[in-house]
Amino acid sequence: MPAPSPNGPAPDSVFASSGDLATEISRAADADVATRDPLHNLDPDQVEGERAGKRLGPIFWIAVGVFAVIAIAAILAPWLPLKSHTVPVGRPSQPPSSQFWMGTDSLGRDIFSRAIWGGRVSLQVGFASILFGLFFGGIVGVIAGYRRGRTETVLMGAMDVLLSFPSLLLALSIVSFTDNREWWLVSIAIGIVAIAPIARLVRANTLVYSQREFVMAARSLGASTSRIIFKEIIPNVVFPVMSYAIILVAVAIVGEAALAYLGLSVRPPIPTWGGMIADGRPKLENAPWISLMPCLVLFVTVLALNLAGDRIREYFDIKEGGL
Amino acid sequence: MSTPLLEVSGLSTSFVTDRGVVRAVDDVSFSLDRGKTLGVVGESGSGKTVLSRSVMGLLPKKNVIRTGHVIYDGVDVIDYDQKQMSAVWGKEMAMVFQDPMTSLNPVMKIGKQITESLRHHLGLDKEEANANALALMMSVGIPEPAQRLNEYPHQLSGGMRQRVTIAIALACGPKILFADEPTTALDVTVQAQILDLLDAQQRERHMAMILVSHDLGVVAGRTDEIMVMYGGKVVEHAPTAELFDNVKMPYTEALLRSIPRIENPSHTRLEAIPGRPPNLISPPKGCNFAPRCRYAQPKCVESEPPLITEGAHSYRCWFPCGTDENREALEKNMAAGVSVGISTTGGA
Repeated sequence: MPAPSPNGPAPDSVFASSGDLATEISRAADADVATRDPLHNLDPDQVEGERAGKRLGPIFWIAVGVFAVIAIAAILAPWLPLKSHTVPVGRPSQPPSSQFWMGTDSLGRDIFSRAIWGGRVSLQVGFASILFGLFFGGIVGVIAGYRRGRTETVLMGAMDVLLSFPSLLLALSIVSFTDNREWWLVSIAIGIVAIAPIARLVRANTLVYSQREFVMAARSLGASTSRIIFKEIIPNVVFPVMSYAIILVAVAIVGEAALAYLGLSVRPPIPTWGGMIADGRPKLENAPWISLMPCLVLFVTVLALNLAGDRIREYFDIKEGGL
Repeated sequence: MSTPLLEVSGLSTSFVTDRGVVRAVDDVSFSLDRGKTLGVVGESGSGKTVLSRSVMGLLPKKNVIRTGHVIYDGVDVIDYDQKQMSAVWGKEMAMVFQDPMTSLNPVMKIGKQITESLRHHLGLDKEEANANALALMMSVGIPEPAQRLNEYPHQLSGGMRQRVTIAIALACGPKILFADEPTTALDVTVQAQILDLLDAQQRERHMAMILVSHDLGVVAGRTDEIMVMYGGKVVEHAPTAELFDNVKMPYTEALLRSIPRIENPSHTRLEAIPGRPPNLISPPKGCNFAPRCRYAQPKCVESEPPLITEGAHSYRCWFPCGTDENREALEKNMAAGVSVGISTTGGA
């Protein structure tokens, strides 16, 4: 029990007697902040996550390294000394060799250079579609989570409708509207599929944070609604959503590959990983590398993204007590 | 004497829920002068927090019915919308919240959180706001304030964080500070420091304060008046000294009795109030406290006592403590072997 101030208006005897002890204790605790300060610095709860021993770990950095190599190669493809990816450069269906690192396909084109060029489409679509999904899903989720009530019911109902479509079929039906398929069209198709799960995640996080006391504290200081959403809620929602988005990029890359396998991604001769896998299908018995090599690249890319995303999610998984 | 700074009359707040309408605050009236402190005491669910948020207008509009008058500085703000209130919030009324762990934004630096409202309300530029923030941090007793401004909330201890929330609440010089259980989430040793800090700041700024607590000990030495709430109603309201000298309401008496006394021998059984607070969806017909009251009589269950006012002291009881009726009621109950309460029909 805290101490009543000695000159307070006639405290009951109950408080007077027990209050003295509390005063003594608090005085002792107050005594020298300076000597307690070093202790302060040792308390793991009061040190940033980094210094408290939370690390991303070697697996994360290997995953990031692998992904960075693939991404940089894809970005720099036009300037790298690669063999042509559109015209045959050797005999068809050659196994991997020192000349053709991943072999050649059924037309004699270099699989290695096609895999790098194909990465451009896959990564572009993977990131663009998720950015699209983040933008629209984010808006829907924040509004639904903050406004609640009927707005939330309507918006989340729409999201449930979107979710109830089989996702690949939905993307398929969107891309099959047109024959002139550019990478951005494929991105929008996959992005639309990504809106609903992102909106759900954003809404859930917005709900949690908008009921935190700091939001009411901001309101009690006269902050406007937009200020609360942009300054108080969104910066808190961004972290969990971003780590989920990295994993979604991997899903989108696989989705693009699935569309390409069905011949519904960007039009040939622009190579895509899914298209290359489909190309090798008839020759799977004699020349398995034609399909397997792009499979391997796809696998490594998706694995790297998943590992990195998972690790980031764990890293930013902030416990209540740590706040 | 001039008009009071804040005058609340007949304030009622109800929540519309699926199971019915909950009257969380029921016909509460009080007034508060500049520089004075009002303590609001009651157990969990008695409506203290809802009362302070109702007065400030911080409750959501949806499914909330708020009636009565909240006259601040001569103007009734009960019908103010969010936009009108945001001019009042921060500058005129501010609130310190219960849990400093959740009342600071975890991803915003402390300096930013303090300067935000300074820049918003007072229109200061960045440097002025920073200088002000530094002064505020010093005035609430934070060591190394310049360094702390650049830190995040998780780098501070609970007591420090509560000091920061107080600094934020005081930033724009409010005339009324609502302290909603400001020490409940803190260690006992830190509690006294924070309460002393609030006291000192209040005196320095000649600010009115509403101190909400479930602990009579917290409000005992630090308030001018105390309002005891039970089931959303004010059951006793008196100047602090008068309340402790001359308890009228059996509920207040029971609260006082349930405070552990240091002069008691070890292992003395702590007296508790049996039962639970009333169900506010369908409250009992008579006195809300009757089912838990040791003096309860049939009359208590049949009709609700009005707020009886004797000078500055008011209470809601048919058999107030310290009167002959009260002693007779207790004797009658003892003779009948009823230790506490009286069976009621309505209610929980």
